[in-house]
Amino acid sequence: MNLILDYYNYWIVVFLMMTGFYIVISANNLVKKIVGLNIFQTSVFMLYISMGKVTGGTAPIVVEGVTQYSNPLPHVLILTAIVVGVATTAVGLSLIVRIKRAYGTVEENEFENKDDAI
Amino acid sequence: MLEQHLAVLPIILPLIAAPIALILGRSLLSWGFATLISGLSCFVSWQLLVAALSEGVLSYAVGGWPAPWGIELRVDAANAFVLLAVSAISTLVLIYSKDSIEKEIEKSKHTLFYTAHLLCLAGLTGILITGDAFNLFVFLEISSLATYTLVSLGSDRRCLTAAFRYLVMGTIGATFILIGVGLLYMKTGTLNMLDLASRIHFYESSRTINTGLAFIMVGVSIKLALFPLHMWLPPAYTHAPSAVTAFLASTATKVAVYVMIRFIFTIFGADHVFNEMGMDLILMALAIVAIFKCSYMATVQSNVKTVLAYSSVAQIGYMILGVSLVSVTGLMAGLIHIFNHALMKGALFMAVGAVFYRVGSVDIKAFRGLGKQMPLTMAAFTIAGLSIIGVPLTVGFVSKWYLVTGALEQNNWMIAALVLVGSLLAVVYIGRILEAAYFQKLPEDTDPSTVKEVPWLMLAPMWALVIANIYFGIDTSITTEAASSAAEWLFQNNNVQEVSQ
Repeated sequence: MNLILDYYNYWIVVFLMMTGFYIVISANNLVKKIVGLNIFQTSVFMLYISMGKVTGGTAPIVVEGVTQYSNPLPHVLILTAIVVGVATTAVGLSLIVRIKRAYGTVEENEFENKDDAI
Repeated sequence: MLEQHLAVLPIILPLIAAPIALILGRSLLSWGFATLISGLSCFVSWQLLVAALSEGVLSYAVGGWPAPWGIELRVDAANAFVLLAVSAISTLVLIYSKDSIEKEIEKSKHTLFYTAHLLCLAGLTGILITGDAFNLFVFLEISSLATYTLVSLGSDRRCLTAAFRYLVMGTIGATFILIGVGLLYMKTGTLNMLDLASRIHFYESSRTINTGLAFIMVGVSIKLALFPLHMWLPPAYTHAPSAVTAFLASTATKVAVYVMIRFIFTIFGADHVFNEMGMDLILMALAIVAIFKCSYMATVQSNVKTVLAYSSVAQIGYMILGVSLVSVTGLMAGLIHIFNHALMKGALFMAVGAVFYRVGSVDIKAFRGLGKQMPLTMAAFTIAGLSIIGVPLTVGFVSKWYLVTGALEQNNWMIAALVLVGSLLAVVYIGRILEAAYFQKLPEDTDPSTVKEVPWLMLAPMWALVIANIYFGIDTSITTEAASSAAEWLFQNNNVQEVSQ
């Protein structure tokens, strides 16, 4: 029981990570693939954010009487990673728009039949 | 004043130039501007290599924040060598692309092409120079996002699906690296590579560190297209515009190989990765399967770009094989091959782009009779092709020579024999194309007067690479000195014992 409760943040991370990964691999619809990719990336954000927490620490703002702070660095790193994630999603979605125009569908099995395999 | 900031210039120049190239708006203007900037960063890289070889490591604290708190840029013999190769190829490809993209990219998107190219260059140089593990991830994503855009500029609609597949695979790879770096930070509390290296030894048996190692190795393997994770590469290289393929094939995957070398040797330590984790056997097995499976795949394709794409995956196998030998000679062979393969694949893809420019197809049938119609292009293709095979007097021979020497040093006859047999498969796939070009007639429905040599702006960079192929094949002192000092430096740096059998 302790294994689950003490490490609950990791369980959430692993659950989200595998959910996202599974969607990326199995989904046939390209938009769903991007959604899966986002869930996958979000799980990593949560991994970083939760590891910055120091037990008993507060937000890293200098206040009288507080000596222990959480580590702000992982949070800042994740701000960068979120920006990267948003950019990836934007590029992915714009590719989907162009695929829809070129093939008339965003279902992977449908447009695969329209071209010869390379 | 400027000399102090030399190390940051190869990143900053193309990064600032990218939006300017977009604002310039006119195709010709942004072409000239992008080429100038790329040439400048090539010159700076040369200065950096000279400085790194004479003075050792150059360190630069970005924004004046000292390491390990701030982001540190570190230029040493290993990355200055790759840096010069990347920026030189970028300049040549930009010169080549002016005419090449006329036929392959819509006029309205030309400035976008130059912008994305400069962004990609900024990302790649950033990956090479940075001394910070998280910063490496950011630059990796900058170059990757630019790459997806570049691939999707192709004229065929299949480039879109290829770019999408590349985006999904690439993002998974980059996220794996992010997870790995996060796990390392969790245990060591630092992101600076040197700082990581000095602290990681205390936690070598830690499961967190080893999980991080596993995530990083898988992530980087996706990026460098190591055998079972290479599925994104052939479609992306086939359907991207030729200038893009020439650039990516000779730089992007090579930089990823460098990242793998950096993580193994500088951060984790070769001793830990190879002797304790046994990663060398995994890499060696995958590299050999890559060489044979993908060389075989290359012999059965009908699209010449796909042939060369599969050949690229096989050649990456040779680089990883060099790394997995765990010796100075092996690592040196890997590093030399990074440089040499850039020279040959750049020339080959440029020649294929030239064929597309005139004939409008890159199917093997389109090459029929071109030996007579486009003698200079096909001669370039032939020499670069011989270099892929590893014929003496070309750079391909130098890489294979050191690879075989590295294998024989450890009395590993099997590996040496496999490398040589692998080269025979290259004879088959290059030979098929040469046979069509020189021994078959031009199809009768084609008017011979339309199929002539390409503009000199396309021929010049192609031949520059071909001459480099021969020059560095004969005078090997420059490349081998740079590579051997880089390899020795990487080994010494973490006091690793060489593995001898």
